[in-house]
Amino acid sequence: MKKGTRIALILGAIPFITMVFALPLVNRIEPIILGLPFLLFWLLAWVVLTPVILALAYKLEKKYNPPEEGEDK
Amino acid sequence: MNAALFIILGTILFSALLGIYAGRHVKMNLENWTVGGRQFGIVIIWLLMAGEIYTTFTFLGASGWAYSKGAPTFYILAYGALAYTLSFFILPALWKVGKKHGLHTQPDYFVNRYNSRALGILVALIGVFSIIPYLQLQLTGLGLIVEVASNQAIPSRLAIAISFVLTCVFVYTSGIRGTAWVSIVKDIMMIVAVLVVGIGVPIIYFGGFGNMFRTLIEQKPQYLVLPGGTSHMGVIWVMSTLLLTGLGFYMWPHVFGSVFSAKSANIIKRNAIIMPIYQIPILLIFMVGFTALLVIPGLANGDMAFLELVNKTYPSWFMGFVGAAGAVTAMVPASILVLFASTLLAKNVYKAGFNPKASDETVMRLSRFLVLVITTIALIFAIAFTEELVNLLIFGYDGVCQFFPGVVLGLFWKRVTKTGVFSGLIVGIAVVVVLIVSGRDPFLGLNAGFVGLAINSIVTLLVSLSTKPTDVKKLESEDRHDR
Repeated sequence: MKKGTRIALILGAIPFITMVFALPLVNRIEPIILGLPFLLFWLLAWVVLTPVILALAYKLEKKYNPPEEGEDK
Repeated sequence: MNAALFIILGTILFSALLGIYAGRHVKMNLENWTVGGRQFGIVIIWLLMAGEIYTTFTFLGASGWAYSKGAPTFYILAYGALAYTLSFFILPALWKVGKKHGLHTQPDYFVNRYNSRALGILVALIGVFSIIPYLQLQLTGLGLIVEVASNQAIPSRLAIAISFVLTCVFVYTSGIRGTAWVSIVKDIMMIVAVLVVGIGVPIIYFGGFGNMFRTLIEQKPQYLVLPGGTSHMGVIWVMSTLLLTGLGFYMWPHVFGSVFSAKSANIIKRNAIIMPIYQIPILLIFMVGFTALLVIPGLANGDMAFLELVNKTYPSWFMGFVGAAGAVTAMVPASILVLFASTLLAKNVYKAGFNPKASDETVMRLSRFLVLVITTIALIFAIAFTEELVNLLIFGYDGVCQFFPGVVLGLFWKRVTKTGVFSGLIVGIAVVVVLIVSGRDPFLGLNAGFVGLAINSIVTLLVSLSTKPTDVKKLESEDRHDR
């Protein structure tokens, strides 16, 4: 597997770890953050962070993988 | 005619005309009709995918579940981000295969990858059976919204009939282009309605959402953690449902097909990055549901929470605006569903199963005719049966999710075979049907569709390893011959 793909996949695992597998640990009301109960805040935070993670994966993949034939910029 | 009524009817008519206008100057062939000539850029693809995601179910369902069930509804906020993350890795590869072999639909992919017409027909039929209840749900939701918003001036059945016939007209003339254009109207109206109501009602009743949540914590704290107001939708159920819907999302025939309308694989990848932003307004929809729980408790039907609260809070013209937004929110997904169901039947069942020599023009004509047939069937269903839709929808998701191993292994694992995918698909569907019919959903706390998917994956792997690999070389030469 190419280095860029590997890095991208590791980044891509983060939303699954935080929003699915960490769920038993975050099923709570306190602490209330930004007025939101903790469970809702946690999920919202990771939904907001997912585009950031994917953008990073996109950049790093481009950087480490040679561009493929016929792919636009 | 009162203002609400005028706004609703005007919007429905305007959307239909816009949809028809979108198809002008475009010579309609199968490629243009189903995948927009593969020429859609990032903005249109985003609108189109958003059009498929924000459906009546999100509008009424997310607030309705916040109202009646509480925290289990949070899965609706999160599963999209999982689906897009997955799509970032899977869809570009799928797009390349589609481009290379001129694929339009999901069964095309299966026929091409596994060299089996029979598998294509099975996939097409499972797809259509999953789509019809989903379509029916959009229509019933539409009827409900318009009836309430117009203050019973437009009865639900009339609303369903008018807007669906108009939808059918623009699908007929413009294909997926019509859908993409109407999506613009829908997205703007929907976002305005959600922002105004979602930010507005917590402020009007509680001075802000922070105070609304404080009140909720005092009165009904159990609604804010799993399993909420339910007994069976605990942490395990939400985890398995998140995985099921996250993996299953792009397996819907219409969502899968929309991938092929993009101009490049890169557009799909960039689209995956920005899509999660579109999920954030769902938070506001939850706020509406929670506010309704405190302000108007005791509704018999939780799905009415959004509309009832708007009705109680805002002037009637705004209720008309919400009704119009709701109507277009149902028309857009309905148009996509009809388009794909008819293409699947014409191309992947009729042509593949009965008349392999049929020309593209014949398939196109039959697809257009089937638009009328499917419209009529769904109309009859929506008018005759108005209950138990959520069960049908869940069954639809449970069904389409079973395509996942065949699609993903097909893209990334050379060793997966036709027999493996066939066996996995049939076992997966059988498990889901048995669990649901015998009332064992959730099974050991897990979503039944997820159980089916897990068994399906194991069967696909084991059978593939014990059968002869599909001869990919033979398949590619046959494909060239076909075209």
